[in-house]
Amino acid sequence: MTTQAILQLVLYVAALALLAKLLGGYLARVFSGERTFADPVLAPVERTIYRLTGVDPQREMPWTTYAFALLAFSLFSVLALYLLQRVQGSLPLNPAGQGNVPPHLAFNTAVSFTTNTNWQSYLPEATVSHLTQMAGLTVQNFVSAAAGIAIAVALVRGLARHSAKAIGNFWVDLTRAVLWVLLPVAFVLALIFVSQGVVQNLDAPRQITTLPGEVQTIAQGPVASQEAIKMFGTNGGGFFNANSAHPFENPTPLTNLLQMLTIFAIPAGLTAMFGRMVGNPRQGWTVFGVMLALFLVGAVLTTVFEQQGNPRFPDAVDQRASASQAGGNMEGKETRFGISASALFATITTAASCGAVNAMHDAFTPLGGLVLLNNIAVGEVIFGGVGAGLYGFLIFAMLAVFIAGLMVGRTPEYIGKKIEPREMTFVTLTILVVPLLILGLTAIALVTERGLLGPLNPGPHGLTEVLYAYTSGAGNNGSAFAGLNANSNFYATTLGIAMLGGRFLMIVPILAVAGSLAAKKRVAATAGTFPTTGLLFGGLLCGVILIVAALTFFPAYALGPIVEHLMLRAGS
Amino acid sequence: MNTETPYRPLQLLRTAALLLLVLIVLTGLAYPLAVTGIAQLTMRDDANGSLVERDGVVVGSALIGQNFWGSSGYFWGRPSAAGSGYDANQSGGANLGPSNPALVTRIEASIAELRAANWERGDSPIPVDLVTTSASGLDPHISPAAAEYQAPRIARERGLSEDQVLALVRAHTEGRWLWVFGEERVNVLELNLALDALAPIGR
Amino acid sequence: MMQPIPNGPVPPETFERPEKRADVQRALFDPEMVRPALRAAVRKLDPRLMARNPVMFVVEIGSVIVSVLLLQELWRAILGNAGDLLFLAQLTMWLWFTVLFASFAEALAEGRGKAQADSLRRTRTETVARRLLEDGTTELVPASALRSGDVVRVEAGELIPNDGEVIGGVAFVSEAAITGESAPVLKEPGTDIRSSVTGGTQVISDWLLIRITAEPGASFLDRMIALVEGSARRKTPNELALTILLSGLTIVFLVVTVTLRPLAIYSGAQISTAVLIALLVTLIPTTIGGLLSAIGIAGMDRLVRKNVLALSGRAVEAAGDVDVLLLDKTGTITYGNRMAAELLPAEGHSLEELTRAALLASLADETPEGKSIVALAQRSGVAASDGLPAGVESIPFTAETRVSGIRSDGHETIKGAADAVAARVGHASAEVGQIVATISQQGGTPLVVADGHDVLGVIYLKDTVKPGMRERFEELRRMGIRTVMITGDNPLTARTIADEAGVDDFVAEAKPEDKLRIIREHQAEGRLVAMTGDGTNDAPALAQSDVGVAMHTGTAAAKEAGNMVDLDSDPTKLIDIVAIGKQLLITRGALTTFSIANDVAKYFAIIPALFVATYPELDALNIMRLNSPKSAILAAVIFNALIIVALIPIALRGVTYRPLGAAAILRRNLLVYGLGGLCVPFVGIKLIDLILAATGLA
Repeated sequence: MTTQAILQLVLYVAALALLAKLLGGYLARVFSGERTFADPVLAPVERTIYRLTGVDPQREMPWTTYAFALLAFSLFSVLALYLLQRVQGSLPLNPAGQGNVPPHLAFNTAVSFTTNTNWQSYLPEATVSHLTQMAGLTVQNFVSAAAGIAIAVALVRGLARHSAKAIGNFWVDLTRAVLWVLLPVAFVLALIFVSQGVVQNLDAPRQITTLPGEVQTIAQGPVASQEAIKMFGTNGGGFFNANSAHPFENPTPLTNLLQMLTIFAIPAGLTAMFGRMVGNPRQGWTVFGVMLALFLVGAVLTTVFEQQGNPRFPDAVDQRASASQAGGNMEGKETRFGISASALFATITTAASCGAVNAMHDAFTPLGGLVLLNNIAVGEVIFGGVGAGLYGFLIFAMLAVFIAGLMVGRTPEYIGKKIEPREMTFVTLTILVVPLLILGLTAIALVTERGLLGPLNPGPHGLTEVLYAYTSGAGNNGSAFAGLNANSNFYATTLGIAMLGGRFLMIVPILAVAGSLAAKKRVAATAGTFPTTGLLFGGLLCGVILIVAALTFFPAYALGPIVEHLMLRAGS
Repeated sequence: MNTETPYRPLQLLRTAALLLLVLIVLTGLAYPLAVTGIAQLTMRDDANGSLVERDGVVVGSALIGQNFWGSSGYFWGRPSAAGSGYDANQSGGANLGPSNPALVTRIEASIAELRAANWERGDSPIPVDLVTTSASGLDPHISPAAAEYQAPRIARERGLSEDQVLALVRAHTEGRWLWVFGEERVNVLELNLALDALAPIGR
Repeated sequence: MMQPIPNGPVPPETFERPEKRADVQRALFDPEMVRPALRAAVRKLDPRLMARNPVMFVVEIGSVIVSVLLLQELWRAILGNAGDLLFLAQLTMWLWFTVLFASFAEALAEGRGKAQADSLRRTRTETVARRLLEDGTTELVPASALRSGDVVRVEAGELIPNDGEVIGGVAFVSEAAITGESAPVLKEPGTDIRSSVTGGTQVISDWLLIRITAEPGASFLDRMIALVEGSARRKTPNELALTILLSGLTIVFLVVTVTLRPLAIYSGAQISTAVLIALLVTLIPTTIGGLLSAIGIAGMDRLVRKNVLALSGRAVEAAGDVDVLLLDKTGTITYGNRMAAELLPAEGHSLEELTRAALLASLADETPEGKSIVALAQRSGVAASDGLPAGVESIPFTAETRVSGIRSDGHETIKGAADAVAARVGHASAEVGQIVATISQQGGTPLVVADGHDVLGVIYLKDTVKPGMRERFEELRRMGIRTVMITGDNPLTARTIADEAGVDDFVAEAKPEDKLRIIREHQAEGRLVAMTGDGTNDAPALAQSDVGVAMHTGTAAAKEAGNMVDLDSDPTKLIDIVAIGKQLLITRGALTTFSIANDVAKYFAIIPALFVATYPELDALNIMRLNSPKSAILAAVIFNALIIVALIPIALRGVTYRPLGAAAILRRNLLVYGLGGLCVPFVGIKLIDLILAATGLA
C-alpha cells in the first residue's frame, strides 16, 4: 500500500468513528422519542403525517403486527413503483421521451429498489423518466432505508426491553427515520454535491459537438437529490449506468470522500445507538470494532491486490505507481480516484450493502474481486445496509454467543437475554436463507441455457459473475460484476426472487427474534457471564462471521476467483 | 403504552397505503424539486452539467470526457467503453474480466495505436490508464504520466517545444484534495482547449 | 444430621457393608461395557431411532446411497466393466463406521447408566409385604399390590416394600442400597425428617408401621432407575437449541454439496455422487452430532456418581446457570454446635488454672459443648482422667440452676451463663462481665467458670465453620456465583459467621418462609437461585428455586418439591452440582466448536482433490500435499469417523472444568478446541493419507 492509501484509510476511519459517535446519540434520542434540536421544525410535520394517515403514535405493536405493517408497506411500494414504470411514457417529467418499462424489468426494478438492493438490470439513461427517478426510485431510496432502520431499532428494543409485549410502532419508526435522519442529511448533502458539479435539473439530454467534432449526447436530470439518499440510505442505485463512477454523480475526490463516509454513516451510527439503547455503550463499540476490523482487512487486501496490477497485461504497459500516475489495475477505474480511492470505495460499498460503484468490480483482479464478493457473502454485516447491517450482525452475535457461550458453562445469553430454542430456530433460519438463495440460484443459472446467456466472460470469471449477481441480490447489495447481462426474463425473475428472499425471509424471523427477546426476563450479569464486549468476544465474532461464510462459499470461491487468480499467476 | 386492542389488518393496509402516498409526495416530489430550485437559483452552472463554451458555443462538459483518439493534434483521453466511445447517454465500463483474452487483445490494439502515433516514444512503457477503459467510459482525466507520454507528439503536431507542452500539462494538473484524497490528474478537454488557445492547429 | 437418641434402638454391630456406588465405576473402555454397547450400536442403526438425530440420519442415508452405488459397481465389475471398486468399498465402509461410531458412543454412555440401574434393580426384587387390615391383623400381599394409603408392618431384616411414612415403631433402617451409605439411620413416627422411608431400604432392627405413600411402579427407586437408565430422557432446552443449529448447518452443507455438481458441470468437471456424499458427510457437524446425546447422558451419569439424582436434564443445565446459592448456616456452613474456641482467664487467675477448672466442670457433660471443652483443654496439654474420679459427683444442668459441673467434698467447680453462675457463687465480677459482653457482641456464647467462690474466667463457645468452606466460596465467587447464608441467629452472630466463612451475603433472623421471599427477590432481578433443603417447610422454597436440591434424609414433601435429590444429604454438594452442570454445557460447546473448526482442513483436502483434474492450478490449495485425489477424500472421511471415537472419552468424562471467570474459561477453551479444531485435522488427515499411500489402499 502506498503512503497515500494508508493515510486515506486512517483519516477515513477517524472521521467514521466521530460520525458514529455523534450519530449514535442522535439516533438513540430519535427512536426513544426523546427531544432533539430538530423537533421545532419536524414535530409539526410528523403530527401532520400522522393526522393524514390515521396513525396513533402512542400505540405500539407486537412483532407480528410490526412485521405485517412492514410487509404491507413493502407490498404497496412494489406495486406503486411497478405501476409508475409501466405508465411512465404517458406521464409528465419525461423530457427524453422514455417509453414504458417492459414488465419483467419493471418487476425486477420495483423489487430491487423496495428491498434496498438497487440492482439495475437496465441502462437508466435509456430507460427511466425523471418522474420515475424522483417519485419512484428516490422515494424507495428513502423508505426502504427507513424500513431497514426500523427493523434494526425493533431488534435493539427487543434486547433492551424485558417482559414486554411490543417492539415499537412501525409507522412511527418509519416516519421518524425519514424525517429526523434521512431527509435533513440528504438535503444538505445534495446541495454540496451540486456545488461540486453533480447535475440537478429536469432537462432533456443535451446534444453538443465535441472538440474533435463528434456529436455527444449528455444525459441530464435530478441527479444530486437522488445521489445523496442513494449513498446515505446505502441504496446504491445509480441515476446513470456508470453509477458513482459517472462524473455527474461523483465528480471530485471530495464528493467521493463524502459518498464513502455517508455510506457507512448510519450503519456505524446504529452500532453506537445500539450500545446506548441497551444501556452499555461498550456493547455498541464492540460491534463497531468487529465491523471495523473486518472492513480494514478487506480494504487493505483489495488495495494491495489492485495496486499489484494484472499480470496478464502486456509488458509494454506501465502498472507501477509513481509520482505521476496511480498505476495498478486501472481497467474499469477512474483517473481521479486511481487505485486507492477505487479500492476503498469498492470495499465500503460491498461491505455496506450499498452497491454504488465508482469502479467496475468485474474488472478487478480475481482476489480483489473475491474480497468484494466475500464482503457481501458474509451476510452484509460489515457495517452493512442501513439497519440491515446491525440486525444481521446481531443475529451473528447471537450465533457466536450460542456456540462459544456454551464453552463458559452457562446457557448462552446476549445482553442479558437467554438464547433458547425459539431464538435459535429463527437465528438458524436467517442464516440458512442467504446461502440457500445464492448457491441454489447460481447452480440453476450455470446449468440452464438461459442462465448461461448471462455471463459475458468465459471460464471461472463467468462463474464469478453469476455468483456475484445472486450474492449481490440475496445480500441486497445491488452492485454487480456488470459483465453479466441480466436484462432477460430469466435473470430478472431469479434475481427478483433472490432480492425478495434476501430481504423478507430475513426480516420476518428477525422480528420474531425481537418479539421473543422483548418478552424475556433480563438475566443479571455476573463474573460467570459470557463477556460480550472487548477483544476476546470481538475476535470470536470475527472468526464466526468469516468461518460461516468460508464454509458455505469455499467451493464456489475455489471454482471462481481463486482458480482464476491461480491461472492468471501461472499465465495459463 | 396501549397494546391492548389488536390492530386490524384492514386498518394496517389502509395506513400503509396512505403513508406511502404521503412519503411519495414528501420525498419524491417536494424534496427533489426543492433541491432543484435551490440549485438552479444558486449554482446554475454546476447544476446543469459544468458546460464549457468557446466563442459562445458549448463544446462539452468539463466533467465528461471526449473522444480524441485519432486526432493527432490533441491529447488523447482513455479508451472508452461507453457506447461507441464517450457516449454520455450510455455510460459504462468494458466489464472484461482480468483473465479475459479479449481484454489483452484490446489492450494490445491500443498499444499498437499509441505507439504508431507516438513513435518518438519508441518501445518505452505506456502508462496504464492510457490503455485501460475507465469505469464510466466518460473519464475526463488522464494521469500526468499519460499526458507526458504524449508530449513529444503534441510538440511535433503543434510546433511547440516539448518543454512548452510539459509546462502546459503541469499548469493543468489538478492535485489531490487535502494532499490525500483522489489522484493527480489532467482534464483532457481543458488541456486541449488550452492547447488550441496556445497554438492552434494549422493557423 | 443423625444424632443418636438415648434409649432408642441400638444399631446392630454387624451389618454387611455394600459396595459404594463409586466402587462400581469401571474403566471407560472396559470390555464388559464395550461388548453390549457394540451390539446396541448396531441396533441403533434403525432409521426410526436414527431420525431423532438429524445429523447422523443424513450420514446414514448417505451410507445407504453409497452402498447401493457400490453394489451397482460390483455388478458392473461382474460384467467385466470394473471401476475403482477398492476406493468405493473403502468409502462405503468408513461412512458406515461414522454412523456406527456415533451410535456406539451413545450406547456406551447409556451402558454406564444401565449398569447402575441394574445394581439398583437387584434391590427391587419382588418382596412380600405384611398389610395391616382394619381389624388389626395382617395379611401377606405382594409388594406390587400395595396402594397408596395402605399400612404395612415391616420387621427387622425385611425390605420396605414402597415409599412411605412411619406411623408407628422405632427402628434403624439401612439405606445402603440407595445411598451407598453403610451407617443405618433411625426412623420413628411424628418427626418431619425421620419419618419418611424409601422403598427398597431395609429395616435392620426392631419394627416399623408404615403408611405407603407411592403407587406401585412410581416409587423413588423406580424413578431413580428410570433416570440413571436414561429411558426417561428428553432433550433439554439447550440440547434442543443446539440440535436446531446443527440441523441448520447440515442443511447449509447439503445445499453446498448439492449445488457443487452444477458448479462443477459449468467448470467442466465430473464429480461422482459417492464423492459428493463423502464431502457432505465430512462437512456436516458429525463430531458433535454423533456425541451430543452421549454428552447429555454422561452428564447425568456424573451426577449419579456424585450420588445426586436429577429429576430432569433441564435441572442439570440450570445448575450451570446458577447465580446465587442459598445456604443454611447450620449444618451446611457450620457444624451446627457451639464449640469451645478459647479460654479467657479473669485477672488474678492463670490460664492453666482456668483450663483445669473448665475441664473438671465439663467431665460429666455429655453435650457436644461439654465435649468440645474437654477437647480444647486436652489440646492445651491438660491431662484428663477417663470418667469422673472417685468421690466426685456431677451437677447436671437443670433449667432451674442453669449451671453444670462437679461437686467434690462440697467444693463445686461449675460453668454456666454469667448470671446463673453469679447467682450460684453469690457475686459478680465487673471484669468478667466485660469479657462476657465482648464475647456476646462477637456473636459467641460465653460460659463463666467458677471454682468454689472464685470466678476463674470465661469459656468462649462459638459456632464453628466447617474447614475448607472459605476456599469453596472463593471458588464459587470466581465462577460468578454469590453465596447467601440464611440463619435464624441475630445479625451480630450471623455477621461473625458470615465473615469467617467468607460468604458474600447473609440473612439473619430468617424464618423458614423468608427463603421463598429471598428466592423471589433474586429471581426478579434476573438471577437463578439454587438451594438445599430437607424439611417440609423448605418445600415451597425448593419448588420456587431454579435448582432445588432436596436431602435424601429429608421429607417426602421436600423431595417432591426439589428437582434434585442428594443421596448423601450433603448440603455442600451444591457446589459439585454446579460444576457438573457447567461441565456439561462446556463439553457441548467445546465439541461444537471443534467440529465446525475441523471443516476448514477438510475443505483443503477435498476441494483440490475434486477439481485438480479440471484445473491443475488448484493443486496450490492442496497445502497438505496429499498423495492423490482418492487418498485425500478417503483420508478426510476416515479422519471424520475416527475423531468421533477419539473424542468419546471427552464426551463421557466431560471437558476439564476449572472454577475460573467466564473470560478465562473462554480464552482457554477457544484456544484448545477452536484453534485445536483448526489444526488437528491437518495433521490427522496428512497422517492417514501417508498410511493409505504406504499401504497402497489409495
